[in-house]
Amino acid sequence: MIDWQPLLLTFKLALVTTLWLLIIAVPLSYWLAYTKSRLKPILETLVSMPLVLPPTVLGFYLLVAFSPASALGGWLHDTLGIQLIFSFKGLVFASVLYSLPFMVHPIQAGFTNLNPTLIEASYVLGKSKIKTLFKVVLPNIKPSLLTGIILAFAHTIGEFGVVLMIGGNMPGKTKVASIAIYDEVEALNYNAANWYSIILFAITFGILLVVYLVNGGYLKRFWK
Amino acid sequence: MIHIALNKKLMAANGPMILDIDIDIVPGSFTTLYGPSGAGKTSILRMISGLLSVDEGHIIMCNNVWLNTKKGICLKPQQRKIGFVFQDYTLFPNMTVKENLIYALEKGQDTQIVKELIDTIELAELQDRRPDKLSGGQKQRVALARALVRKPEILLLDEPLSALDQSMRIKLQDYILSVHKKYKLTTILISHEISEVIKMSDNVIQLDKGRIHKQGKPLDIFTTKQVSGKFQFSGEVIDIKQEEVIYVVTVLIGTNFVKIIAEENEIKTINIGDTIIVASKAFNPLLQKI
Repeated sequence: MIDWQPLLLTFKLALVTTLWLLIIAVPLSYWLAYTKSRLKPILETLVSMPLVLPPTVLGFYLLVAFSPASALGGWLHDTLGIQLIFSFKGLVFASVLYSLPFMVHPIQAGFTNLNPTLIEASYVLGKSKIKTLFKVVLPNIKPSLLTGIILAFAHTIGEFGVVLMIGGNMPGKTKVASIAIYDEVEALNYNAANWYSIILFAITFGILLVVYLVNGGYLKRFWK
Repeated sequence: MIHIALNKKLMAANGPMILDIDIDIVPGSFTTLYGPSGAGKTSILRMISGLLSVDEGHIIMCNNVWLNTKKGICLKPQQRKIGFVFQDYTLFPNMTVKENLIYALEKGQDTQIVKELIDTIELAELQDRRPDKLSGGQKQRVALARALVRKPEILLLDEPLSALDQSMRIKLQDYILSVHKKYKLTTILISHEISEVIKMSDNVIQLDKGRIHKQGKPLDIFTTKQVSGKFQFSGEVIDIKQEEVIYVVTVLIGTNFVKIIAEENEIKTINIGDTIIVASKAFNPLLQKI
């Protein structure tokens, strides 16, 4: 049979990435949705870049930036003791950047579509911005949060180029399922490649099906 | 005394408009803002609550200064003790009726008030429902109750009844009046309905294009001095028909159609669609209980 480690690593990466993305994307989307700053278009463009950029481009620049020979990579290594290339931490960092639009876009749309007087109603009841965010805003954009979480998770599972560039192919450390498939095909081991592929196919199909079922209203009663 | 002076340049539908008002309100009184759309009524409530910034002015709530642009004082909406009922209900969809009221409680506030309001505004049967399972009138009752939880110093009602049908309107007017009296509230209401304004208010401020046009007791505002009518209604002309030497004018007063006989010189200046006053001088109306 196949080695399960790449699959486990893939899901660990997707989980950790999604958690980090949630922490980063909620404030970022909130800012993007409500700001009147002139910097907004620039930030929106940066967030969307991974949608159109070849993953190898992102991976390449991250590799260059974080290599111990570069200023940033050297500083991270010497001062904080963090090595981002060819490590799991590096994979997480790259995946967070790469999946950012998949998390930010749905949540930003959720914020924008929320009736703004709901927020005002909370303010005039004396509630702070933070309390309003957690008690009123976020609970009312649950479908957008769900879409963001699941798309980011599924997208991270499907990563290849970025991961290969910055992480390489180190078993148990950076060898995720998509790379394992490539590896097995290279070694003409089609059976193992097929197993990895079919598992990824089934899981991503299941995940996306959940999004469409929930947001299409089929499972609405569970979210009320 | 409550003193409110506001000045702000607003972008209205037909170009920029300067809103400039200066009003005194007696604590415990019921004031209505009346006037055409775009006169700045909603903006005034939003400025009092702190949701809209003010170019220049001050708001003095008895002994507390909420706003003084000269001294750079401007309390946040959260720091002003207001009850605000919005036109479109704005109940929190993720909370039940009771949870909506509980959310409004201040830190450490006695929860007794929630129970009391549920009784006063008769929400007991609805308290575990979500807002999307309520009718318009029910939603607005919940919104009213929620606005009162904090025991506001001033209650602001932004056309809360405009989306409701006539019978529901009257019921809600009674709820508003009863809580206004019970909690000794200072209330400002926005309304377009003359009958509502007369029923509810101690004081009317008629606004036009951001300025105070008239101010006073409701009956003084809406009855013109020229007619010493004992009996008068305003209505809309629906039809004018000539019958031999006289004219029959059909007028819509409230929800009733009334046919009135008129002479040629009377209808000279009246066209279909005009708002007119139907008044009678020497006239003894019959009163009958129904």
